Parts: sequence; C-alpha cells; structure tokens
Amino acid sequence: MSNRTRNANTTDRLPDVTDLSTKQSAIRAEGVSKTFGTEDRPIVALSSVDLTIKDGEFIAIVGPSGCGKSTLLRIVAGISKPTTGTVTTPHGVVTSPLTDVGIVFQSPVLLDWRNILDNVLIQFELRGIKAKDFSDRARNLLGAVGLGDFLNRYPRELSGGMRQRAAIARALVHNPSLLLMDEPFGALDALTREQMRVDLEALWLKSRKTVLFVTHGIDEAVLLADRVVVMSPRPGRIEQVIEVDIPRPRGLGARRDPTFLRITEEITNIFLSRGVFHQGSGLSESLGH
Amino acid sequence: MAGPDEISKPRGLSARLIINGHILRRSRFLVGFVLLFALWELAVQSGVKEYVLPSPISVFYGFIEHWPNLLTNAWTTTVEIIAGYALAIAISIPLALLIAFSRLFEETIYPVVVFLQIVPKIAVAPLFIIWFGFGFTPKVLLVFLLSFFPIVVSAIAGFKSINPEIVDFVRTTGANGFRTFFKIRLPHALPEIFTGLKVGAALSATAAVVAEFVASDRGLGYLLLQYNGDLNTRMVFAAIILLSAIGVAIYFMAELLERIFVPWRLPPGGHTDVT
Repeated sequence: MSNRTRNANTTDRLPDVTDLSTKQSAIRAEGVSKTFGTEDRPIVALSSVDLTIKDGEFIAIVGPSGCGKSTLLRIVAGISKPTTGTVTTPHGVVTSPLTDVGIVFQSPVLLDWRNILDNVLIQFELRGIKAKDFSDRARNLLGAVGLGDFLNRYPRELSGGMRQRAAIARALVHNPSLLLMDEPFGALDALTREQMRVDLEALWLKSRKTVLFVTHGIDEAVLLADRVVVMSPRPGRIEQVIEVDIPRPRGLGARRDPTFLRITEEITNIFLSRGVFHQGSGLSESLGH
Repeated sequence: MAGPDEISKPRGLSARLIINGHILRRSRFLVGFVLLFALWELAVQSGVKEYVLPSPISVFYGFIEHWPNLLTNAWTTTVEIIAGYALAIAISIPLALLIAFSRLFEETIYPVVVFLQIVPKIAVAPLFIIWFGFGFTPKVLLVFLLSFFPIVVSAIAGFKSINPEIVDFVRTTGANGFRTFFKIRLPHALPEIFTGLKVGAALSATAAVVAEFVASDRGLGYLLLQYNGDLNTRMVFAAIILLSAIGVAIYFMAELLERIFVPWRLPPGGHTDVT
C-alpha cells in the first residue's frame, strides 16, 4: 500500500487511539498574573487574568508583542509559574508542567539528528513508552499533515512549512487532551500560513481537541477560533473575549463572511483605542502630505 | 527528488556512501599538491643550494635510507600524541558535563578553565621538564594540556547551547534527566564536541614536537633537532613531512569518527529543496 492511499483514511482513526491519561474537561485560569524583573523595577507581563477554556474548544489569544499572551500559554502549560493566581485542570491545580498536552512553538524545534518519523516518535521515547507500538499511528498522522512521503527525510531537507507540520504531528501523536500553539505559523510566509491555517482547521475538526492558539494575527485568530481572547499590553490583560460564530469548515472562503469582517473590525478598534494601532495621519503629516 | 524507496536505505549503507562520496569529491586537492611539488622542483632546478632546499627526490631517498630510524622515532611521537589526546578526552568530557549541568562547578571551576586557557601552554613545557624529567610523562602532559582546552570549551558550549523551546517541549513529556540527556542533550552537543576534538587533534601533534624539542632523546622532535644540527636539510624535510602525516592521520581519525557519530551534519547528496 502506498503512503498516499494509507493517508486518506488516517485522520478518521485519530480519536480511537488509547489515551495516555484521562481526559480533561476544562481549564480555568483565575487571577493569573506574572511579574518579571527585580522588586524595585518590576515588569508586569500579565495582570490578573481570568479565563476558562471549555473542553473541545478552539481558543485564540490575539494581541501585540509584549501583551503576555505567550506567558499565559506557558503558565497554562505549567512551564512557567504564575506570580499570583492559579490554573486548574480537572486533575487539580497546575504546579508542574502538564504532560497531557502537545505543544508547538514558532520554530519547529525538531531534532536535527532524527528523521521526520523519529522526530514524531521522540514524543513516546521521552515518555518511556515503546515508540515501536506507535509507529503506525505516527505514520498515519504524518500522512494526515501531508508528510507521508517524507518520513525518512531529515528536518534540514524540508521547507519551513513542512517542518512545522512535523512539529504539529509530534504535538498530536500521543493524543493529548490539550494542544498549545504559540504563534505556530509566525515564521512562515503568507501563502504557506494561509494553507497551514486551513489544514489545521480540517485536522482539528476531525479530533476536536481543546486548543489554545496564541497569535498576533487578527485574521488568523478569527478564522480559526471559537472564541478570540483579545489582549493588550502594559500590563498584559484581557480586553475582551469574542465569540466567533462563523460556520465550519471555514476554509479559505470565510474571509468574505460578514461575521469575519465585523469581528476583525471590532478587534482592530479595540487595538486602536488601546494605542496598539495608530491611524496613519501622524506619519503622513510629517512626510509633508 | 529521490523516491520513497531510495530514501529508505539502511543507515549503515548511506553512511558508507557519504564517506566514499566525500573522499571522491575531496580528491581534487591532489591537483594543488602536484603544483606545490612542481614549484618546489622548479626552485631546486633554478640553483638553490641543497642545504637550503633539497629536491623532492633527494628527500624521498632520505626517507628510504633512514626509514627504520624515522619509523622508530615516529612511533615514539605517535604514542605520546595518542596518550595525551586520549587523556584530554577522558578528562575534558566529564568536566564539561559537570560545568554545563552544575551551577556550583560552573561558578567555581569554569573561570579557572577560562583563565588557564589564556596561558600560553607551550611556555609551560620547560617547567614540565623540572617537574617530570626527560621521559614520556612531560610529553604526554603537554599534549594533554594543548588539546584539553578546545575540547572542554566546545563540549561545554555544546551541552549548554540547547534551544530553550526544546527544553520546554521535553518538560511537557515529563522525561527524567537521564532520558533527556541521552535522547536530547548528548546528540545535540555532539557536533560541537567533534569540532573541539578536531581542533585538539591538530594541536596535539604540535605539542608532542615542542615537548621533544625542549628535552628528549627520542621522537621526531628530537630527530628534527639532530638533523638540523648536522645541517642535514633533506632529513629535516623528511621528518617534517612525517610529522605532518601523523597530524593529518589523527585529524582524519577524528573526522571519520564524526562522520560515524554525527551523520546528520553532512546531508546525503547535499541540501534538497522541497518547498
């Protein structure tokens, strides 16, 4: 059987694989704040954030650089400790890194010395689980993200988009209940980015995992998420949480949807009022127009 | 682009292909050497004195005439190099691990390492004679001293230079330190470790000769000084060429090991664009 034919029916099988741990139903951040720096010169990255992520929900956090969105994601993952407040999962308060998660960063952080298949299987090896038993699952998942013909390739042989696809496969292969994505398409060109966005939605529709997706792209957030969390900086806080009621699959066409236009404008206006954006007048005056 | 069949070859085979392909590609260097020898012969033909610049043929006959003597002394020097180099590896890698993974060692030992690295190590050679006499030990120690620092410094860099996001990813897997080390940190550090090993290998031959210059009754460095005293220039050339050959051999040993242990550093068939 060729890789292609095997790929066709792979995604349907994804939810069937045995879980590594019990499912979480919701994640709640309460009064979460984070302060960096010294005591006399503190830098407040996050101030008193409350957020509930429902089971199976796709949440996007959008905001400019420095609004603390990545910090919030890291605190939810248990990688970073909040200065005040708590994050709670159905298993209790998060005090150490969550392991029932898949995580994707802006850079794919693949291992140079492993081919793509082995890069996905490292997920099991690091957990002390026999990777061999999950080899088929990894192959199928890599097929589902379009890398079925590249299993034996090394990261340096792939394009940026393909590497990021492999990173997404690595984050999903152990069937975690939560997928954390920190600007996963931030380093990709606009066309690749659009394609990745559409493919991620398709993949998500098949598994319906809880996703926390951090981005600085307003379009991307609105096109992907069930709810968009709008954040602003200094100090990082939630300005608004907006329900995105655009039918799925949204695909490429959703950009013409009136709801999309309305919400992106709404978010743009929030950013305008918070000084994240400025109208262009100042610049054109100084240029003598 | 290669098909799926072509890229699923067993690793051992592709590693051998890499080495063969490499040697083939690099064989062009011979052209340069032929030119060098031609220039050399030309200079001799144009009337340079034999004691200033002996002809290549004369050096070659020197090799043949004095082969047993050269070989005995080359062996002495080689053993010094290998012993000192092996000692450097045996001490520098564990020390690099301690410094990279223990804050206490990083704060106490690492500054000393950095400071000692600045000391011109060759200047210590006479001191070693006072401390350890004329025998084998001071030579081994000087080889050790010169090759130790590049290895330890690059190994520390290799162990510490890991992308923090890889560390974050590893933490979400709950992997323990042991597994993290062997699956992530060690393979990540290998390319840099081998860079240090190659620099150390190149320095080790120099160190052995310098140690023999200072005081010895055998070895290629000793032989070199003897021939020099006799104004036996062609044999000086022969000794230098033999020394270079030893240095090159050690360097290529390190390079060969690198190709075996760090195969991902050399893309099979170069970079492939698959955008």
